[in-house]
Amino acid sequence: MDRMPAWADAVLVPLISIILAAFLSALVILAIGENPIEAFKLMVEGALMKSSGWGYTLYYATNFMFTGLAVAVAFHARMFNIGGEGQAMIGGLGVALVCLYIPFPHWALALIAATLGAAVFGAAWAYIPAILQAKRGSHIVITTIMFNFIAAAVLNYVLVNMLRPKGAMEPATAGFPEATHLPTFFDMFGSPENPLFRSAPANVTFFIAVAACIAVWVLIWRTRLGYEIRAFGHSETAAKYAGISPTRIIVITMLISGGLAGLMALNTTMGEAERLVLNAPEGAGFIGIAVALMGRSHPFGVFLAALLFGFLYQGGAELAFWANIPRELVTVIQALVILFTGALDNMVRMPLERLFLALRKDS
Amino acid sequence: MTTTAPAIELKGISKAFGPVQANKDISIRVMPGTIHGIIGENGAGKSTLMSILYGFYKADAGEIFIGGKKTEIPDSQAAIAAGIGMVFQHFKLVQNFTVLENVILGAEDGGLLKPSLAKARGVLKHLAEEYELNVDPDALVEDLSVGHQQRVEILKALYREADILILDEPTGVLTPAEADHLFRILEGLRAEGKTIILITHKLREIMDITDTVSVMRRGEMTATVKTSETSPEELAELMVGRKVLLRVDKVAATPGAPVLEVENLRHTDSSGVERLKSISLNVRAGEILGIAGVSGNGQSELLEVLGGYRDATGTVRVNSQNIDLTGRYSDGQSRRARGIAHVPEDRQHEGLIMPYTAWENTVFGYHRDPSWQKGLLMDNAAIKAEAAAKMERFDVRPPNPNLAARNFSGGNQQKVVLAREIERNPEVLLIGQPTRGVDIGAIEFIHQQIVALRDSGKAILLVSVELDEIMSLSDRIAVMFDGQIMGERLPSETDQTELGLLMAGVTEMPARASTGQSNGAEAQT
Repeated sequence: MDRMPAWADAVLVPLISIILAAFLSALVILAIGENPIEAFKLMVEGALMKSSGWGYTLYYATNFMFTGLAVAVAFHARMFNIGGEGQAMIGGLGVALVCLYIPFPHWALALIAATLGAAVFGAAWAYIPAILQAKRGSHIVITTIMFNFIAAAVLNYVLVNMLRPKGAMEPATAGFPEATHLPTFFDMFGSPENPLFRSAPANVTFFIAVAACIAVWVLIWRTRLGYEIRAFGHSETAAKYAGISPTRIIVITMLISGGLAGLMALNTTMGEAERLVLNAPEGAGFIGIAVALMGRSHPFGVFLAALLFGFLYQGGAELAFWANIPRELVTVIQALVILFTGALDNMVRMPLERLFLALRKDS
Repeated sequence: MTTTAPAIELKGISKAFGPVQANKDISIRVMPGTIHGIIGENGAGKSTLMSILYGFYKADAGEIFIGGKKTEIPDSQAAIAAGIGMVFQHFKLVQNFTVLENVILGAEDGGLLKPSLAKARGVLKHLAEEYELNVDPDALVEDLSVGHQQRVEILKALYREADILILDEPTGVLTPAEADHLFRILEGLRAEGKTIILITHKLREIMDITDTVSVMRRGEMTATVKTSETSPEELAELMVGRKVLLRVDKVAATPGAPVLEVENLRHTDSSGVERLKSISLNVRAGEILGIAGVSGNGQSELLEVLGGYRDATGTVRVNSQNIDLTGRYSDGQSRRARGIAHVPEDRQHEGLIMPYTAWENTVFGYHRDPSWQKGLLMDNAAIKAEAAAKMERFDVRPPNPNLAARNFSGGNQQKVVLAREIERNPEVLLIGQPTRGVDIGAIEFIHQQIVALRDSGKAILLVSVELDEIMSLSDRIAVMFDGQIMGERLPSETDQTELGLLMAGVTEMPARASTGQSNGAEAQT
């Protein structure tokens, strides 16, 4: 009785947050002497008004879906997995090893194997913080942050000392063989006459991300494991009463979460770069936190929020390219959206809740 | 009485939270130097009314008169200034402060503490002599018993020169002896001309100590009567709106073979305190064994050990089969598989997942049962259908399985838990505080269900801090104190005085004062 309707919670709160962020961004753009309406037009045109723009938007969105789902799954067990970045890096290692050392006849087989590789490596990287949390009570937030740094260091070492081709100057693997190259949207939907999605990095991984959204929904709301994960997340004492082992739930949830984060490497490493470089996730692991918060840990919400952030990324890049707006300011705009949708969620929610209660009383 | 102005007069107080009318046009007069009881079920609006009086909420309509003068109470500072003191159900004390420091907290006279402390020490000494309110002023609050902590709360109010004292469910955490002591204090305060408002759901307390009593039901004041002119039955009827059976209606037990056997059970908690010290007991088929005791003496730990979520040493057998107490099979799932069902003491944090819907909660703990599975998925449709049927049989209101557990009243939440545990047809039912925070109407139903399960030949271990509940439901009573069983008694051969002494750890009985409080067992909830 003391809460607002579900639709307001799911739609109105994020919408108002975005509008507030946009308004503040407009002020910032005004302050440096540019026209915010022009800037917004540029973003929309660059990200949504042409197919190659969509190709980039969806490419980024794919990354954010994986990392957003990773955070969302952990949230359901009331765990804050900040280690998506590191798990995605190590997932990339899994993808690289599969692609470089197994000869594949066809990209589809390579994709299946690489999916396994990415998930297993990402999950393994999440396993250590999980077991430390479950058995030793080491806080998952602290350990997963630390593991991001460790992952970067490990990857650096492996790339420089083990996987770097002889004579190469940069810490990266050799390019993956031709047979592991994934079809891009241009390969699938375009043709020489019809340059749909030309030169955009969006690829078949997008559909895996959408499938992952559906799979996570089924897992959380339709399976026994999801039932136990949510129960544990709501009340650990109740979970113990029911005979649900906290250790088991923490470890399994983190394995799933880490696996999802690891899958992101399919998109960046296998789909786009076609080799493993340092810092392949480029912060998408952290964006996943904002995506999960904004999507209210619901897979459909994560899907929508990932699209929004994909738009912001692509639109921001266009802005830096075409307008007199420095690259740093684009980051500020993105940060404002994260701030309002993620961190300041309650700032919008509380007044809105009061408004709804007042309206109800009047009627 | 008509010549003096009432200490408190409320006129037409109304308060709504959204669509819920918590208080509806409430008027009440309390004369100075009296103890006025306010009784009503959970959610009847007692606490809202008192919160308005203490400045936590602002009434939508209505006026407050203190000592005949119209008074605005926008916040608790104003309430204190008007001479109102409040003793909350959950104490608001700083645990690692001394009694003295707690008393002056928020009422310091200046930047330096020393003068205030010295003054408070004098006042406390005086109050202790006058009202039997003895507490060591230099003791840390965390070292005090619950009864003494409550005295600190009363001292805080008196130190602020309160003339009107509101006590919210003050006896919930006290032993019978401590409650008696509290009542003596209250009588002393009344003799000094203080006005006391006692909020409670215990009919006996109302009958014992109040001068007048107001009954609340669904946000309305249904009656205000002189206590000497009413009876528990009448009050109960006014509270619920229909005739209620206050006595548990049951036939004598016909116990069979022991089902649950506990021998030498010991448990040490994570901070190294021994919570169970060699507990031995048994419960036979078709029998209710009641565990009486002041809360915090190991009863909770006993239930949790038997329910499978605390490790222990010793022996527990169900139908002569040993139960694993520490190893791999010591968890709630294994206990359920062995026929041990458990209605936990704290339904909000253990028995239910509050944000889960009722139907999700009706399988909680039994959710791994293959009959709720359909392939890889849970068979939500089947669970929902069964939940609707269960809610119908247990009269859960509203009978809507899609509603989240937190949206049900305490009594209906408890019915959901009971339905889940009883309908599994267990060998042993562990049940803790079955009617805590449950309204009278539901108490009757819950007691009937427990007795019905007993009559179908099941063994029931009942833990309750409500002595009346223990006395009226149990076929045998074991008293726990400090992790031990102090003794076993038959309800027909004991009384509240003897049990109260056992609960306080006294085993040597003084010459049995048989001035029967035993009739309390009947007129109680």
